[in-house]
Amino acid sequence: MSRWLQAIFFILLVRPFLALVLGVNLRHAERLPESGPAILAANHNSHLDTLLLMSLFPLSQLHRVRPVAAADYFLKNRFIAWFALNIMHILPLARRPKPGVAPLAHIEEVLAQGDILILFPEGSRGEPEKRSELKSGIAHLMGHAPAVPVVPIYFHGLGKALPKGDWLPIPFFVDGFVGEALTWQGTRTETMQALEARFAELEQQGGHGAWE
Amino acid sequence: MPLNLQYALYGILGLLVLGTLIIGLKRQFKPGPGDHELWLRMRSWWVMAGLFILAIAVNRQLSIVFFALVSFLALKEYFSIIPTRRADRRVLFWAYLAIPLQYFWVSEAWFGMFIVFIPVYLFLFIPLKMVIVGETQGFLKAAGTLHWGLMTTVFSLSHAAFLLALPDAGNPAAGGAGLLLFLVFLTQFNDVMQFVWGKLIGRIKVIPKVSPGKTVGGFLCGVTTTTLVAWLAAPYLTPLIGWQPIVAGLIIGIGGFVGDVTISALKRDLGIKDSGSLIPGHGGILDRVDSLTYTAPLFFHFVYYLHY
Repeated sequence: MSRWLQAIFFILLVRPFLALVLGVNLRHAERLPESGPAILAANHNSHLDTLLLMSLFPLSQLHRVRPVAAADYFLKNRFIAWFALNIMHILPLARRPKPGVAPLAHIEEVLAQGDILILFPEGSRGEPEKRSELKSGIAHLMGHAPAVPVVPIYFHGLGKALPKGDWLPIPFFVDGFVGEALTWQGTRTETMQALEARFAELEQQGGHGAWE
Repeated sequence: MPLNLQYALYGILGLLVLGTLIIGLKRQFKPGPGDHELWLRMRSWWVMAGLFILAIAVNRQLSIVFFALVSFLALKEYFSIIPTRRADRRVLFWAYLAIPLQYFWVSEAWFGMFIVFIPVYLFLFIPLKMVIVGETQGFLKAAGTLHWGLMTTVFSLSHAAFLLALPDAGNPAAGGAGLLLFLVFLTQFNDVMQFVWGKLIGRIKVIPKVSPGKTVGGFLCGVTTTTLVAWLAAPYLTPLIGWQPIVAGLIIGIGGFVGDVTISALKRDLGIKDSGSLIPGHGGILDRVDSLTYTAPLFFHFVYYLHY
């Protein structure tokens, strides 16, 4: 049922909205995984990030693309929680887990079932059009699934279109770069360094300056 | 639809078929490195011509909406390539809002408002919004670039749409749609002719600092071809008589060239090759409507002064 609601929501609202307001020039779209298990690791500047990443997949795959999202933010009120769980199909993540609880267990399970995860290793949206430091939760996940490819994606412009703390989207064309997939590098530090390097490289490809 | 307009549309269809054949034959018998790009460009011509003809064929309102959409995409592309200030996010929203209003004046055929709305009211309103925001660092540059974008992508281009709002009595041959078709077809045809003549006989560069591809031969032969076609087509599509079609052809030929190189100068300033990637083989939408930003207002006022 909620799979159909999601499909209708994307066909009628999300896709026309993104086509009119944004318009995306995606480089190396062929590097996107056709099926799971896989992890999309994207930079995070805007709520539009998740909608845009999900709309890159065909409708037949859409219900298998699962954004990992902060439980404390998206489950705090009943309406947003319903939307997040039933339309966006988020996997809630406890940012401050209770001691003794494995916060990633349910996410690892979904990944093992062959779904595609959307992850924002920067954590929160931060300053618009500015990359912040990556958090190492993703390495933990990769360590438990060492063969799963992680596809890094970098978007420029979404922070201009709808930055944190604003509700009014402003039209801008968006530049997107899909990087080459990488897998677990043996240790957490090396994995994070490899991912950091991919992001730095993708950010450079855009050649966009800071947004002053 | 007036009979003359139908014939003109068949003519355009014929040219598209001819262009596709020439490029197809070239790919077959004299392959070169730029063939794929040419092929993409030709395919995009079919899509653009198809959308434009569909809009004119259905009715006036749809054609006006079509041009409003072109203005919107062009302004969006402009705002995406220029450096904007974070403080001006909300100001950009008001700039976008000018598009539906400007095209509303067009659909109402309210000439007085159409002609002053952006050059007067928005020119005064946008800096006011910016002052309310209160960021003075980079104020002058931001006010200047925002208004230049509005004038180019909204005010100038909307002149093409206003041809549809002119009374049909002024052009018994084919009405406002005839004038619009004449302008848009000749502007695009002129682009292609300057490109083709430049490839065939172009030697001396006109303005190497701005656009290294433009040659004297391409420019002169392009303008001549455009003027000739203007002279041939004018009796069927426009009220222009005597010497007037020749001047209209020169306006479109020379104006189109200037529009093209102004956008080239803008891109060179920003250090980019194409303004975007919306139209495969052409680049962005600004790359396609650059000539029209000059020819639309110039041709409009020429016809308006003489016949309305």
